[in-house]
Amino acid sequence: MSDPILATRDLCKNFGALTATDSVSIDLKAGEIHAIIGPNGAGKSTLITQICGGLRPDSGSVHLLGRDVTTDSTQARAQAGLGRTFQISALAMEDSVLENVVLGALGASGNPWRFWSRAMSDRSLTAKADAALERVGLIEHRNTRCAELSHGQRRQLEVAVALTLSPKAFVMDEPMAGLGAEGSKLLTGFLDELRAEAPILLVEHDMDAVFALADRISVLVYGQVIASGTVDEIRQSHAVRNAYLGEEG
Amino acid sequence: MSTLLIIEQVLNGLQFGVMLFLMAAGLTLIFGVMGLINLAHGSLYMIGAFAAAAVAGATGSFVLALAAALAVAAIAGALIEMTVIRRLYGKAHLDQVLATFALILIFSEGTRWLFGSFPLFLEIPDYLSGPITLPGGIQYPLYRLALIAVGLLVGLGLWALIERTRIGIQIRAGENDREMIAALGVDIRLLYTLVFAIGAALAGLAGALVGAIQSVQVGMGEPVLILAFVVIVIGGIGSIKGAFIGALLVGMTDTLGGIFLPEVFKLFMEPGAATQTGSALASMAIYILMSLVLIWRPTGLFGARA
Amino acid sequence: MIPERLVNWVVFAGLLAVPLWAIVVDEPFTITLVTRAVILAIAAVGLNIALGIGGLVSLGHAVFFGLGGYAMGILAYHAQTYTSLDLFGMSFAGTKAMPIIWLVAVVVSGVAASIIGLLSLRTSGVYFIMITLAFGQMFYYFAISWSTYGGEDGLSIYVRNGFPGLNTLVPIQFFGLCFVLLCVVLFLSARLQNAPFGLALNAARQVPTRVETVGLNPMRLKLVAFVISGAITGLAGALFADLNRFVSPTMFSWQLSGELIVLIIIGGVGRLFGPVIGACLFVALEHWLGALTEFWHVYLGLILLAIVLFARGGIIGLLTGKEGAHV
Repeated sequence: MSDPILATRDLCKNFGALTATDSVSIDLKAGEIHAIIGPNGAGKSTLITQICGGLRPDSGSVHLLGRDVTTDSTQARAQAGLGRTFQISALAMEDSVLENVVLGALGASGNPWRFWSRAMSDRSLTAKADAALERVGLIEHRNTRCAELSHGQRRQLEVAVALTLSPKAFVMDEPMAGLGAEGSKLLTGFLDELRAEAPILLVEHDMDAVFALADRISVLVYGQVIASGTVDEIRQSHAVRNAYLGEEG
Repeated sequence: MSTLLIIEQVLNGLQFGVMLFLMAAGLTLIFGVMGLINLAHGSLYMIGAFAAAAVAGATGSFVLALAAALAVAAIAGALIEMTVIRRLYGKAHLDQVLATFALILIFSEGTRWLFGSFPLFLEIPDYLSGPITLPGGIQYPLYRLALIAVGLLVGLGLWALIERTRIGIQIRAGENDREMIAALGVDIRLLYTLVFAIGAALAGLAGALVGAIQSVQVGMGEPVLILAFVVIVIGGIGSIKGAFIGALLVGMTDTLGGIFLPEVFKLFMEPGAATQTGSALASMAIYILMSLVLIWRPTGLFGARA
Repeated sequence: MIPERLVNWVVFAGLLAVPLWAIVVDEPFTITLVTRAVILAIAAVGLNIALGIGGLVSLGHAVFFGLGGYAMGILAYHAQTYTSLDLFGMSFAGTKAMPIIWLVAVVVSGVAASIIGLLSLRTSGVYFIMITLAFGQMFYYFAISWSTYGGEDGLSIYVRNGFPGLNTLVPIQFFGLCFVLLCVVLFLSARLQNAPFGLALNAARQVPTRVETVGLNPMRLKLVAFVISGAITGLAGALFADLNRFVSPTMFSWQLSGELIVLIIIGGVGRLFGPVIGACLFVALEHWLGALTEFWHVYLGLILLAIVLFARGGIIGLLTGKEGAHV
């Protein structure tokens, strides 16, 4: 078995009396989409925030490409190859679509300390940004102001920014949220291809998408992984049905 | 340095701290409930002092003067809340800073226009003037002692208002969850105006009380305003308890620093240089204190964690 | 609506034309007024880098203005009294040469900005506003109690400092010098805003989390912006002191910090020429309203209030029809 690209080991996080993450160990292997599902308040967001470096776990560790990154900052993890998209779009709304993606390319270049040259005339940045926009299908909106994009287009833009970093692993927080049927079908197709490039840890509420895409699914309830397995195994799991899908039985 | 002097200075520090608390309580309450940073709070302090001086001049009654300070400051507070401040809730801090800076300009120049540039004087009434002998034979001005008492009483009253009354419950709810108090059927606009007026009245009271030991003049509010900001930042913005402790800390540091730092420096420097260095450092002491607190705890001693 | 570029050129041309006209009609005081506006504009262009692009509401930029002023004051004071300046066990001679004074002003305020920025950026929001205000007060009170250099009374410099090849005592020549510096600073600021650094800083103001997730450190970006900003404001301070041939603790006062923000807001936040327009208007109001009524601050307050409540884009926003800030 190949080593995981991204893994957590016994991750724990408490907020006072509330246990948000309870000894979570998950991993993400090359070429796969690993979906994390669970009811609202199950601790999915807290978990990925810890994976991406926004929160320090109380105990346990996070590993990226075999290296312990538990104490690394968000930006160090990004530089090490972790690409993230947000549930609530974190985009510079006043700027153009292209500027947002160029920011990603600039991050990938690792050198923002250039005070003289024009960022938007720098071919090494804009070419990379255009390529990413092309892939998510936003290229004709490259000069649109971000605030004028539709909800679905913002999700695409989120993915495009992450693409510029050429990450080794993606962490996507509900990329389908708020997309129409058409949009989520397009994005599903796109993520399906993307996994060959870098594996995706996918937090998602849209069960159709999850069942269509995931190689493996982990179910998070009250901060604990109560089941983990293939799509079929999860469909048939009693524990999952009881705890999550809400069926009696 | 005698014990007597130390006790006297501690009392001075306490008196200063308690007056700062009157200012800081309103500021922190307004920030905690409405999320508003109000630079014009110092103007309300000045308005209170001028109202008191004018009424005392006309009637000769100190009690009436204080009542006027409270009333005029509260009314001025309610008026600016309804005309200007209300439009600033939920706006960027930059907008709030600028709009309330504009209010300072308007109030300061307006007051100068009404009363002129010369300071007014507010006399301490006979029954509060002169020194009193404390246990241990310390002579201390009765008026300053009265200030300490009034400040502590107001602090107690404020605590009771917030912890024990219906309005207090609404105020506390407003700090935690704006939507909730709306759901409880509270008229938020009225509540906000009321909170602002209470804060203004406290500032006005402080202005009148301090006006009797200093002169009443345009621009008297801003130095106190900045100190009050230091207080609430040290205490944690939004926390009345933090404002109280912060006020005492600032009052003590400022008063005792001015007296003792030059003495401390004399231990290892020649007297002239020691006085120079000591008093320079003393004048910066509270700002150094504030910076240290913020570096240690970026949201103040009792502030909510970010 | 008028294009922003046109507005900028008109302001630029006006700044040059008014002093030239003043020479023709022999009104040296007008030149001094415009010089004052130009110097305030330099300070505000500096602040605009931190405030407009970086979103750092610094209510303590007078620190850098004052440091620049005192850099000039102290160096010139030692030169005019023929005494040496003893620092860190070394002895320096004073100087009356502007280029050296400017360099010292820029370096000293840049160093101060890096220390103040490093400490202040641990906080954010209201706390940042307050801690920068506190640093301002710290310097203000320090200057008051520092009797070596005049304490509360400040320092007078009898003869304006010199610049090779110019007679700086002639108002138009000193104006020219300040105007060239304003152009340099504006050009730097424009380049910076469009450079990769400006793009990243602009994003760090709007969405710091996004900047982190692309592997950049928003705090470091803001710190560097704060240092550049402080250094430029320091340069303006040195010029301002030379204009008045006088420095005093009021250069550190928090009202001055507030006024610098006001300049930017009147002109238009985050706009290249916002601070310039704001400074010109401020000086014009101060002069004309000040001549009409002793209480001109009331009107300044009302104008400011109207801009904050009804015209967020400032004058540039009004003229170009772009209402919001930045956009």
